[in-house]
Amino acid sequence: MKRAGIPTEEFIYSGHTACPGCGALLVARYLLKVLGKNTIMNIPACCFAAIPGTFPDTCLGIPLLYNAFETTAATASGVEAALKIKGKKEKINVVGFAGDGGTADIGIQALSGAIERGHEIIYVCYDNEAYMNTGMQTSSLTPKGATTTTNPLGKKGGWRTRNKKNMMDIVAAHDIPYAATVNPSYPMDFVKKIEKAKNTKGTSYIHAYSVCPTGWRYQPELGLELGRLATETGLFPLYEFENGRYIINYKKKTKEVLEYYKLQGRFRHLSEDFIKEVQEYIDKEWQKLLVKEECSNR
Amino acid sequence: MKRLEKLVSIKDLPEAPVSNVPSLNQKTGTWRVFRPIVDKEKCIKCSICWRCCPDISIEIDNEGFPIINYDYCKGCGICAHECPKTAISMDREGK
Ligand SMILES: Cc1ncc(C[n+]2csc(CCOP(=O)(O)OP(=O)(O)O)c2C)c(N)n1
Ligand code: SF4
Ligand code: SF4
Ligand code: SF4
Ligand SMILES: [Mg+2]
Repeated sequence: MKRAGIPTEEFIYSGHTACPGCGALLVARYLLKVLGKNTIMNIPACCFAAIPGTFPDTCLGIPLLYNAFETTAATASGVEAALKIKGKKEKINVVGFAGDGGTADIGIQALSGAIERGHEIIYVCYDNEAYMNTGMQTSSLTPKGATTTTNPLGKKGGWRTRNKKNMMDIVAAHDIPYAATVNPSYPMDFVKKIEKAKNTKGTSYIHAYSVCPTGWRYQPELGLELGRLATETGLFPLYEFENGRYIINYKKKTKEVLEYYKLQGRFRHLSEDFIKEVQEYIDKEWQKLLVKEECSNR
Repeated sequence: MKRLEKLVSIKDLPEAPVSNVPSLNQKTGTWRVFRPIVDKEKCIKCSICWRCCPDISIEIDNEGFPIINYDYCKGCGICAHECPKTAISMDREGK
């Protein structure tokens, strides 16, 4: 059954310890609504390792295996292989669920290996753009211009000077069967893509936009509005990579980067010139994505 | 595996370190600073507030109206901000 476009069933209990307005919770909530109770989650050290609560509590209505920080995709691969041997894989979804640090930095070789071996797992990166659980350190997915505790503001500036690593390009370069970006501000698009990942033979990769009021320094009620702005500015485009083809799901790039940046404390220090530079980069990336879509569908 | 209801002594611990007590015993409503209040007159029963609650603390009653569970609601205000009819107000607790 569906309500407001998404399945009604819940697999996350209230009483979890995520900060008020945490985006990771919505990512997991929508994900499990689609995957259902026959799902095993593998989670490394990250906010979502703390969110379920302290022993013996859990906010998850499904089994969860905690793994070492760098091993999410490897652990999920092992669970998948074991289920295959037991003849149970058909009925059970195996999920790797890690943060941006656990995916794009320390866990990247495990992920690369899993895709290469073609394990039937759904790997979800919830991207809150820094190492939040340990207090907002910079990751390779922290956006240009953001301050973190390892890029603190000082007299000589002090913020991240590189652009985000493009994880979708990295997994696409593995010729992965299915990869998609999702954003809880677009719930129907979100559940549709998880449905596709569920039915994919082989590895699927989901890159989820995940707001973090604590680390990004904005009022928690703005979470879903920020998500809409991220997509409407082209900072977080919604698209899929399916059997070698790119498909952009939302093409109205109507907003300026500034509108998104000005709502968050982590960008507060930036000059207009700097934001212009970011704008130019984003425009170029958007053009590149349009070309990728066009060429791959020829 | 024995399902734990309450941890009283070491004998209540499971054989392996497996968490299996639903987090429902953690009443996170105590974190709240602002309390969301639904105005049924304005509500059009769209369930958008239900959909966007990160604390799963909104239920929909038989008539289709949202009911907020103040045991768990942390007062993030997302429901109020997203409601298309501004039918939810955020009132300061203990006012
Ligand atoms: C091998 C190892 N190094 C460092 C840590 C400490 N640590 C725990 S959580 C974390 C941050 C995780 O960041 P991310 O993957 O982005 O998830 P988030 O907390 O942001 O949700 C770190 C560095 C660890 N647990 N294990
Ligand atoms: S620090 Fe950010 S990601 Fe972590 S629980 Fe809080 S809001 Fe969620
Ligand atoms: S979002 Fe607003 S209008 Fe829709 S059900 Fe909730 S309170 Fe009612
Ligand atoms: S204020 Fe936040 S936690 Fe409380 S009901 Fe609304 S969305 Fe849920
Ligand atoms: Mg992170």
